[in-house]
Amino acid sequence: MTTTQATPAPLAPVPDMLQDGRRRRRPRAGGHRGRPNVLAGVLATIWLALVAVPLYFLVAASFRTRSDYLSDNPLAPPPSPTLENYETVLTGDFPTYLLNTVIVTVVTVAIVVGLTVPAGYAVARNAGRGVQRGFSLMLVGLAIPAQAAIIPVYLMITQLHLYDTLLAVILPTAAFAMPVALLVMTNSLRDIPRELYEAQTLDGAGPFAALRHLVLPLAKPAITTVAVFTSLTAWNGFLFPLVLTQSVGTRVLTLGLWDYQGQFGTNVPALLAAVTLSVVPIFVLYLVGRRYLLSGLTAGAGK
Amino acid sequence: MTITAEKTRTRAGTARTTVTRQDRPSGWYLAPALVFFGAFAVLPMVLVVYLSFTSWDGFGTPELSGTENWTRLIEDGRAWDSLWLTLVFMVLTWLVQTPIAMLIGVWAAGRQRNRAILSSLFFLPLLLSTAAIALLWSSVLDPNFGVTQSLPVLGGFNFLGDTELVVYTVVWVISWQYVPFHTLLYQAAARQVPESLYEAATLDGAGRYRQFFTITLPLLKYTIITSTVLMLVGSVTTFDTILILTGGGPGTATRVLPLHMYITGFSGFEFGYASAISVLLLLLGAGLSLAVTRATGFRKMQSQQEGV
Repeated sequence: MTTTQATPAPLAPVPDMLQDGRRRRRPRAGGHRGRPNVLAGVLATIWLALVAVPLYFLVAASFRTRSDYLSDNPLAPPPSPTLENYETVLTGDFPTYLLNTVIVTVVTVAIVVGLTVPAGYAVARNAGRGVQRGFSLMLVGLAIPAQAAIIPVYLMITQLHLYDTLLAVILPTAAFAMPVALLVMTNSLRDIPRELYEAQTLDGAGPFAALRHLVLPLAKPAITTVAVFTSLTAWNGFLFPLVLTQSVGTRVLTLGLWDYQGQFGTNVPALLAAVTLSVVPIFVLYLVGRRYLLSGLTAGAGK
Repeated sequence: MTITAEKTRTRAGTARTTVTRQDRPSGWYLAPALVFFGAFAVLPMVLVVYLSFTSWDGFGTPELSGTENWTRLIEDGRAWDSLWLTLVFMVLTWLVQTPIAMLIGVWAAGRQRNRAILSSLFFLPLLLSTAAIALLWSSVLDPNFGVTQSLPVLGGFNFLGDTELVVYTVVWVISWQYVPFHTLLYQAAARQVPESLYEAATLDGAGRYRQFFTITLPLLKYTIITSTVLMLVGSVTTFDTILILTGGGPGTATRVLPLHMYITGFSGFEFGYASAISVLLLLLGAGLSLAVTRATGFRKMQSQQEGV
C-alpha cells in the first residue's frame, strides 16, 4: 500500500501496476540487478499479444461490413469502415437492455450501500454477541455459490409474483453482493479512531448523528469501493437475469448480448458491435476513475 | 475531517469519559442487512435442501418424495461425469493461470520502461463482462466464420466442436478472462517484498532463480492461497462462460456440475432433482472455501489482503 493516502479509511488497496509509474520511487522487487528477466519479459509480451489481438479483432470487426467480414483478413484494418453495425444495434432493443441494466445496477447499489453502511457501523462499534454473530453469519455467506441458490430463488420469486420483473433480478443480486460489501465497509469503519466517536458522544450526539456526521464522511472511500464492486457485479450479472426474467422488456444487457448471437446469426459484425458497446460504460469508468474501478475489482479478493 | 480531528484533541485532553452502551449503535443497525441477506441468500440455502426431497416441475407445488432424488443422484452417471469434469476444470485452470499470473505479476512489480502502456493493455479483459468475453471468443473460434479459420496452423482445429479439444478451449477462455486479475494480486504482493532481502541474497551469491524460489515464492505464500481459493471456488461455479461458449457440448463434453443442474432444472423441469445437484454444488463450493480458509487462517488472509 502506498503511503500517500490521507484519509483514515483508505480505499481498498490499488495495485501499483495500474497507477502512474511516475508517482512512486519504490525499490523494485524481484531481485533486479541490471540484468533484465528475459523469461518473464518474453512471457509477459506473449501474453500481451494474446490479450491485444482478440480485442483488436473485436473492435475492427465491429466496423466491417458483413461481406467484408467474411472475405477480409480479420486482422487487417477494415478497408471500408462502416457504422451500420452500430446503427443496427442501436435502433434495435439495445437501448432497452441498457436501460434495464442501468436500473438494476443503480437500485442494487442503493440497497447494498444503504444497508451495509449502518450494518458496518454496528459491527465496528458494537461488540455485543448478537451483532458479532450476525456478522459471522454474513461472512459465511462469502462461501455460498449463487448457482446453488437459483432454484429456491426462482421458487421464491414466482411465489412473490415478481417473476419477469427487474426487482426479481435486483433482490438476489443485492443479497449476494452484501457479504463482500459488509466486509469492506466494516474493515474501513474499524479504522476510524475511537477518539473521534468519543468526541461525537461528548458533543451529545447519539449513534444516528454520529452515523451522519462522522461515519458517512469518513466512509466515503469504502462506499466508493463497495459501490463500484456492486455495480460491476450487477452490470455483469448473468445467472439471476437468465433464470428470473423472460421478456424483451426486462432483458438486461448481458442476456441481450447472448440473445443477439441467435438473433443476428451470421451477422457477426453486428454482434461484435453490440459487445463493444456493452464495454463502453465500464471503459469510461476506467478512464475517469481507474483507481476506484480497481479498488472495486479487488474488493472481491476478500472472498 | 480536520474539524472533527481538532475537536478530539481539545476535548479528549480535558474530559476523557468512557463511552457507554447507549452511545453505540444498537443491533438494529445491522438488522436490515441481516434480514435482507437472510431472506434472499440464507433462506434459499435452507429451501434448496428441502426441495431436494421433493418432486417439482416448476409450476405446481413441490411435493415431498422422500430420498428419491438422492438415490437417483447416486446412480446418475452423468452427474458424476459432471462432477469429475468440474474437478478437471479446477485443476487445469489453476495449472494454467497460477504460473502465468505469478511470473507476470512478479515481473510487472519491477520498473520496466514501458510498463504504464503495457499494464493498461493488460488490464482490458477485466472491463468485459463474462458474457462479452464468451461471445468474443465464440466468434473468434467459430468453426465456419471464426478468425482462426483463416489463420495458418490454427485453422486446422475445431476448437468448439472437438470433444477433446473443447475442454482446453474453455480452460483457455476462462484463463484469458481471469489471469489479469490474479496477476494484479501477485504484482501487488511482490511489491511488498523488501528489497534488502534480495540485496543480501545477491551478496551471498544467489542467482535470480535461487532468489525466486527462496525469497519471492515463500513470501508470496498468502497471495498464492488467496488466489488459489478464488480460482478453485470460481471453477466450481463456472457457468456463464460455458453456457454461452458451448452450451455444455458438444454432446456433454463440457457439461460441468452447475450446467448439469441448470439443464436438469430449467430445461428438463425436474427441479427437485436439480435441487439435489444444487446441494452437492453448495457442499462442494462452501466446503472447499471454508476448508481452505480454515486451514490457512482467515485472519491471516485478511491481513494479507490489506497488504495487496
